[in-house]
Amino acid sequence: MRSRLNSLFDALLPVIATLAALGVGAVMLLVLGANPLEAYGALWVGAFGSTNAFAETLVKATPLLLVALGICISFRGDVINIGGEGQMIVGAILATSVGLTFTGLPGWLVIAMAMLAGFIGGGIWGGIPGVLKAYFNVNEILSTVMMNAIAVQFMNFMLRGPMIDPSQAELASKIPQTARLLEPFRLLRWAPTRLHLGALIAVVLAILVYILLWRTTLGYRIRAVGQNPNASRYAGIDVKRHVVLALLLSGAFAGLAGMIQVYGVNYRMITDGSASGFTGSAGFNGIVAALFGQLHPIWSIPASVLFGALLVGANSMQRMVQIPSALVTALNGLVVVFVVSSEIWRRRRQRRRLAAAKEEDVPPKPDPDTPGKTKVRA
Amino acid sequence: MISDLFSVTVLVGILASGIRLATPYLYAAIGETFAQRSGVLNLGVEGQMLLGAFAAFYVALTTGNLGLAVLVAMLVGAIMGLAMAFVTVNLHAQQGISGIGFYLFGLGMSDLLFQKMLGTVETVRGFPRIHIPVLSDIPGLGQIFFSQNLMVYAAYLLVPIAWFVLNKTTLGLKIRSVGENPEAADSLGVSVAGVRYFTIVLGGTLSGVAGASLSIALLNVFQQNMTSGLGFIAVALVYFGGWRPWGVLGGALLFSMVNSLQLWIQVLGIPIPSDIAVMMPYVLTILVLVASVSRVRGPSALTKPFERED
Repeated sequence: MRSRLNSLFDALLPVIATLAALGVGAVMLLVLGANPLEAYGALWVGAFGSTNAFAETLVKATPLLLVALGICISFRGDVINIGGEGQMIVGAILATSVGLTFTGLPGWLVIAMAMLAGFIGGGIWGGIPGVLKAYFNVNEILSTVMMNAIAVQFMNFMLRGPMIDPSQAELASKIPQTARLLEPFRLLRWAPTRLHLGALIAVVLAILVYILLWRTTLGYRIRAVGQNPNASRYAGIDVKRHVVLALLLSGAFAGLAGMIQVYGVNYRMITDGSASGFTGSAGFNGIVAALFGQLHPIWSIPASVLFGALLVGANSMQRMVQIPSALVTALNGLVVVFVVSSEIWRRRRQRRRLAAAKEEDVPPKPDPDTPGKTKVRA
Repeated sequence: MISDLFSVTVLVGILASGIRLATPYLYAAIGETFAQRSGVLNLGVEGQMLLGAFAAFYVALTTGNLGLAVLVAMLVGAIMGLAMAFVTVNLHAQQGISGIGFYLFGLGMSDLLFQKMLGTVETVRGFPRIHIPVLSDIPGLGQIFFSQNLMVYAAYLLVPIAWFVLNKTTLGLKIRSVGENPEAADSLGVSVAGVRYFTIVLGGTLSGVAGASLSIALLNVFQQNMTSGLGFIAVALVYFGGWRPWGVLGGALLFSMVNSLQLWIQVLGIPIPSDIAVMMPYVLTILVLVASVSRVRGPSALTKPFERED
């Protein structure tokens, strides 16, 4: 009973952190001269107000969940992967080129190949910082951020050059986008909404990542390396290899998110020249979702839906009460800050629990001088 | 043409703009050096810069008072630093992740304020060039070193000051000891929390100035996400510089010279795709990190929260 209450409290911490962020957001809205209730109301209606709104929320949540799954793996391995944006981009570039090249193959095969390509592309882009961290001691936070910047330029180069939509190549505007994927290569949709098969794929993968992390040796080792690299080394685990694997797998899931964006939503790769022009910042927001879901793949599902809802709702908030959707980016930042800050209470409770357990396990020796006073409760 | 690169005018142009472009990196990276030497990795630099850039731009646009604009940017950066200090020092929050949180906050907030308060991209009259008498008339050198604006000069002045404070003063000794061995420093009566509050707030203040140097001294505009990774590069430069102000200066110069070269390559129409050219500084940063990090050891207590055992 006690332990169940404790875990309930732990699960509530991120919710409290989010409410606190929304509270700060309400103050900001007041300062900007908007009615917070009206603004949050518009946000709610925009995200959940109709079947179509909810479908859009799930469409936004899908890449968040896929990125978050990768984040669960890397953060559990104590590797901070900030490179989701770049990994999504490279995964999408490879996956898109598969779809645009093998136009003669059956749809299911091309989709399977594209998923693999996305996985590999993201894996390479995550694996490079992994190798740099493991073997050259380069801080992965910095290298993944640099890899993001490189990926954006690579995308702009590809979409303006070798992969440009032939119809755009002749125009003066030269919008950086590829040609559209053929009809049979597009992921199944639940018409008339834009909700696509990718959402289901992401949920299935969440279960697989849970199994990977808690039911396989690989997952156990990644977590062991994350918790105590020294002890892991003594236990015979190749720490460096698992650091690389954690980042590589993490990147692979982000790469898959990029593939799903192309094959499920846009049917082509398109950007405005910035990373978020293609990713919609899912590479960053996926981190927020994973942290919110306590770095647990299954909890990341509702967390992704929540942040997907915030993103979709922000657009309707912008339309209805003229508050720029950038507010949601700021709020996401606050959620991250509040969630990591609230960790201290969880750690404190854990320590207290451990101390209490220790005391109960080892009964102190009866003091011969003062009989009767055997236990001192702290 | 490639040969155009080697004419004297172009070379002078590349060097002059390289010197100028190093300015925001210097402010931000020197501030970050202080934070990291005391054991705190502040990854929120980019967010602090964006808010500082907006604050300075807005004040400069509405009042025309550039000094006040820099002051407000410093204040905004300091407040962000204060929040960061509270979260990392008092609440022991994971520094890397909370830094990302502050980055997202600054990114969203600066964009929100920009859209709400200004709406359109405007230009502002920024810091004018100062032509230092006599020296600025020296051919070549004059243009490179002695015809920059006040914020550029101040950034370079900051390097020896930072070196002096870190290495020759009691304060510097305290900062370094807190970053190397907080337990020992604490037992000698140094307030670990106090020192870290000081360095993080100082770092935030300088990041605010770094943002201001972009929006009212170098580019004289404000745009959404105008720093585009500059703050993160500044953090990387601290590693590159081996946590020493002179090393940071070297890194900032190398990086901005490559950036300046890249810009001139585009101006001269040398047939390298511009996207690939823009990529170069980032590739260079990674290579430089590989070359430097394994060589120099950082502060031992970096990213480790300090908790007094009582």
